[in-house]
Amino acid sequence: MSRIIVVTSGKGGVGKTTTAASLAAGLAQSGYRTAVVDFDVGLRNLDLVMGCERRVVFDFVNVINEDARLNQALIKDKRLDNLALLPASQTRDKDALTAEGVERVIEELRAEFDYIVCDSPAGIERGANLAAYHADDAVVVTNPEVSSVRDSDRVLGLLASRTRRAEQGEPPVREHLLLSRYDPQRVKKGDMLSVEDVREILAVNLLGVIPESKAVLNASNAGVPVILEDDADAGQAYSDAVARYLGEQRPHRFLEVERKGLLGRMFGGQ
Amino acid sequence: MGIADYFRERRKQQRGSASVAKERLQIIVSHERSQRDGPDYLPMLREELLQVVRRYVTVDPDAVKVEVDRQEDHEVLELNITLPEEAERVR
Repeated sequence: MSRIIVVTSGKGGVGKTTTAASLAAGLAQSGYRTAVVDFDVGLRNLDLVMGCERRVVFDFVNVINEDARLNQALIKDKRLDNLALLPASQTRDKDALTAEGVERVIEELRAEFDYIVCDSPAGIERGANLAAYHADDAVVVTNPEVSSVRDSDRVLGLLASRTRRAEQGEPPVREHLLLSRYDPQRVKKGDMLSVEDVREILAVNLLGVIPESKAVLNASNAGVPVILEDDADAGQAYSDAVARYLGEQRPHRFLEVERKGLLGRMFGGQ
Repeated sequence: MGIADYFRERRKQQRGSASVAKERLQIIVSHERSQRDGPDYLPMLREELLQVVRRYVTVDPDAVKVEVDRQEDHEVLELNITLPEEAERVR
């Protein structure tokens, strides 16, 4: 039985697409057949982050309109052979995604994949609702910053009321918090909300903490999901998060300021 | 201000803005949650009640509180109207 995971946040620019790409790649790396679907109609970007933008021929809306078959639109990843991407359409028509169309495509994906990762657009409108509607799990990406935390709380409210599980009275969507752009140095100084603060406010199971990292930009520049960068702190943090999602117990890393040696302190600067 | 106060103030400021952020978030989030869980008509009901009360008594905009409490299989609509001190009443 396949599971559907929505990556959502409410607020834009917090790292949804980065997370969707890495989560999907991580699940595929762990041996699961995984599809990642870009729901951000009009603002297609997951293809760029995953490095397959030149291979887009058909998209999600083409499949919904039956202009193309699902298998024609799915792009197989070149690094991981059980990972595929369904790109968003660049149409400016906001109503291009229909509830029935989305349901049909999700059902078709279920037949072929173990995990279906839905990359939600920002906001709490139609596109975001459609991305979340079929979810079994939700990964709520949050930055340690007031507007992001508040928006995440609103999104949690929507997950509890506007999803298929909520409407049909099934067990609720499993919610996971992923705190990204975390800067232990600023937390230590008292300038940034800590993991504990955010956890206390949102009261959601913590899936992982992704440190603020140069590796994230470098990886998206190159079109590689950052989780595939084994040496990068953010990559390792995503690997831990995926392992936790799959039921492994792993301690949270990158929560403390790295101790510098004497030389580092003398010459390292910040 | 004495030197001790100066340092105390400084220390407070140095504690950083995160604690302020947390406090503000806890307040707004709990407020929004309480509205979210209630039926959609609550804000309107509150507004109209406030208008009626104001025909007779001058009260603050937040003097009327409307909440829905769930208790097992039934819901309780709780109205709380705080009247001002005697001296402030109009009639």
